[in-house]
Amino acid sequence: MSQRSVTTESAVVRFLLIGAAVLVLSLFLLLPLAAVFVEAFRKGWEVFLASLHDEAAASAIKVTLLAAGISVPLNTLFGVSAAWLVTKFKFRGRSLLVSLIDLPFAVSPVIAGLVWVLLFGARGWFPQTAMADTFAPAARFTAWLAQHQGFGWLFSDFAIWLADPKIIFALPGIVIATTFVTFPFVARELIPLMESQGSDQEEAAVTLGASGWHVFFRVTLANIKWGLLYGVLLCNARAMGEFGAVSVVSGHIRGETNTLPLHVEVLYNEYQFSAAFACATLLAFLALVTLGMKSVVEHFTRHTSSDHK
Amino acid sequence: MSKRRVIPGFGLSMGFTITYLSLIILIPLAALFLKAARLSGAEWWAILTTPQVIAAAKLTFGASAAAATVSTVFGLLVTWVLVRYQFPGRKFLDAMVDLPFALPTAVAGITLTAIYAPNGWIGEYLAKWGIEAAYSPLGVFIALTFIGFPFVVRTLQPVMEDFGSEYEEAAATLGAGRWTVFWRVIFPMFIPALITGFTLAFARAIGEYGSVIFISGNLPLKTEILPLLVVGQLEQFKYEAAAVIAAAMLMASFALLFLINLLQRRLNWQNH
Amino acid sequence: MSISIQSISKSFGSYAALEDVSLEVPDGSLTALLGPSGSGKTTLLRIVAGLEFADSGPGKISFHGEDVSEIPARKRGVGFVFQHYALFRHMTVAQNIAFGLSVLPRVQRPQKSDIRDRVMELLKLVKLEGLDKRRPHELSGGQRQRVALARALAIRPKVLLLDEPFGALDAQVRKDLRRWLRQFHDEIGLTTLFVTHDQEEALELSDQVVVMRNARIEQVGKPQAVYDQPRSPFVYEFLGNVNKLQAGSDVRYVRPHEIEVLFAAEYEPLTDSLARVQHLFSAGPIATLTVRLNDGQFLDVELSRKQLDELALSVGDEVAVRAKPENEAVF
Repeated sequence: MSQRSVTTESAVVRFLLIGAAVLVLSLFLLLPLAAVFVEAFRKGWEVFLASLHDEAAASAIKVTLLAAGISVPLNTLFGVSAAWLVTKFKFRGRSLLVSLIDLPFAVSPVIAGLVWVLLFGARGWFPQTAMADTFAPAARFTAWLAQHQGFGWLFSDFAIWLADPKIIFALPGIVIATTFVTFPFVARELIPLMESQGSDQEEAAVTLGASGWHVFFRVTLANIKWGLLYGVLLCNARAMGEFGAVSVVSGHIRGETNTLPLHVEVLYNEYQFSAAFACATLLAFLALVTLGMKSVVEHFTRHTSSDHK
Repeated sequence: MSKRRVIPGFGLSMGFTITYLSLIILIPLAALFLKAARLSGAEWWAILTTPQVIAAAKLTFGASAAAATVSTVFGLLVTWVLVRYQFPGRKFLDAMVDLPFALPTAVAGITLTAIYAPNGWIGEYLAKWGIEAAYSPLGVFIALTFIGFPFVVRTLQPVMEDFGSEYEEAAATLGAGRWTVFWRVIFPMFIPALITGFTLAFARAIGEYGSVIFISGNLPLKTEILPLLVVGQLEQFKYEAAAVIAAAMLMASFALLFLINLLQRRLNWQNH
Repeated sequence: MSISIQSISKSFGSYAALEDVSLEVPDGSLTALLGPSGSGKTTLLRIVAGLEFADSGPGKISFHGEDVSEIPARKRGVGFVFQHYALFRHMTVAQNIAFGLSVLPRVQRPQKSDIRDRVMELLKLVKLEGLDKRRPHELSGGQRQRVALARALAIRPKVLLLDEPFGALDAQVRKDLRRWLRQFHDEIGLTTLFVTHDQEEALELSDQVVVMRNARIEQVGKPQAVYDQPRSPFVYEFLGNVNKLQAGSDVRYVRPHEIEVLFAAEYEPLTDSLARVQHLFSAGPIATLTVRLNDGQFLDVELSRKQLDELALSVGDEVAVRAKPENEAVF
């Protein structure tokens, strides 16, 4: 008779538990995922493709890419800087700082949008009219630069914006709201990783004469690259998919300030379900790529961490 | 002499981190509280006790608590199975647990609605039983469970993976049955992680917006959640009222996280 | 190059890791910092390297008479071997060794081919020829340690500092490597300071032993001298097995191998004590026996197998024990 180990359950119990878990996961996770794609193709390929070729969809994609393209690099820079600060140095207020970095996780996306409206909205602390006055000299100077220095392509848009500095219901608002919401992702990924690696390698590099630049780029970066990559991907997925915060600041101007998730909402509210789901497939695809990359990254970090010590 | 540091970059990283944190997070949040603080206590009270706010608060906190509870139970089951058992598709399901993290909330919202609406994939059958899943508090609960579920799994998973078999073996050699071992030995050791997971799911649920507004139907006094009320006040240009509701929500979230932190410390302290 | 440590103090918050420590490490010597954990030995080593900074005060560190206290670790020119080696995991052995040369400012940096030659030369020196393309995780513990050593030597350091160099190795590898390191040191003649908590290692390997305890130096001297004339009960106990005998208000310290065992018939009342054999352990070349003195105190004695055979002892026999007086210490 085969004896079962004392640390596991009988085959029947195991089978039931696995069955229950698979059922929960299927109903909960796989069914919605399948629904996105099925609903998108409900009216056929033509409708699907037409929805993606739509001008408003193209503009939404552009705004989404632009917002993520600005906020993700900023938050990456911050994440690396903050992780370096709290894992390589001891100083007073360190644990407070770590809690503050996590703060945006506890803030509703709607509030993340609201704070910017309170700061830059028509009745806010720094309304557009007041900023236009403040920026007027800079606007004139930039306009002059745009005309005379052969950098027209670089300065003309900026000059136009400075003359009429719109933040809320415009791209800058979308960018800063997205930045707020995705603020902790890279730092959150890097801090535990760098903490577990300690500072021995950095100290070794210093005794061998390396400058700060060399220590970071030749030693630290190589050790955190997979964690960093995953943090950036996660940050990017959230930046492109952010809804609540962006919805508050964007003003839903079609073809101008709609991001892809907002475009999905607009289509859905107009009862264009297939078009809404068609655009949603792009976002669902982004989520799947992110999850896939996570598995790849985990594979590599496990591989390298088993080399450690 | 003692303030020198071996590893370079302290000043630079400190300067950038603090400046960026202040500009992006601290100053905006301070602006919110300053705005809300312009109103007197009586005005706060008036805003927070309107029937609409009370109904929304009840729904938000009630559905969030219920969803976090169910997420915790499901999370325990799923984590146990993913960590303890080998079966085909395990790795795939493990990766899929993060789907609610990665899937944009608006997509989750319209998809869950498509599934649970009266003419939807599951909603159709529920409707036959007289259960109204979408456009009801139940819909809010479903969306919040979807959102909160991965928090529990990802908090519990590392704890369960590090859990050595020697405790169970010790209990077994002392004559305990499998059921007793689970409830008396294994489960108590997971309690701190379960509480953390519950709290994270709960805190996330309170602020959740995108996945809820499609499935809830947003009926005033019935299926309106607090974040939606904030948006509503903003759309009517009632900035002060929006700021007060938001500030109250934030204070509730912070107080909750703080309390759980205290509880967590006590539990951890008992464990060691 | 000699190392001179003058009245160095270091505290972490309210905890004093070093209190007014001074030490001279002669040019070309191999010096061991020996002590239990928490004695401050690693902190001292890290201060010499510039990885930690002493509290402000009169203290200073000099290499060959030149004050280096204000020189940052990056420019101090010490070779430091970390306890867990801190090899760069993502680099090959050759890249690890070449690191210190490749980060030199462009004007001082050797040609690529010169760096390569130097790496090969160092690999030969540490007996790792042919492993240049391996990565750290493909090496054994002893090999990793030698890579760390070669990496530290590549920058032609003024002094070599090793933190628990054998701490992470198996007992057998440890012994081999210990012998090898002694030989290696004699070949290159670089002033070397290393930290260890293993007294056997310190005594066998070093020219000079520095015994540390509670943030202070307890005794400094040649291994033989420190072992034979410990200046305090702590050093006596830390450097090997010792019997403590209560004699009135004094405690007499005597090492187990410094006690003679005689037949009871040879008992001399002035120098000897009578005792009864309690326990015999005779596997291996050295036999250990525990005897119980008439006043109830126990004494451990080490004998060669030959002596034991001549005495033909068994448990319960009465014997006379005699401590050689020149080796006895009273505190």
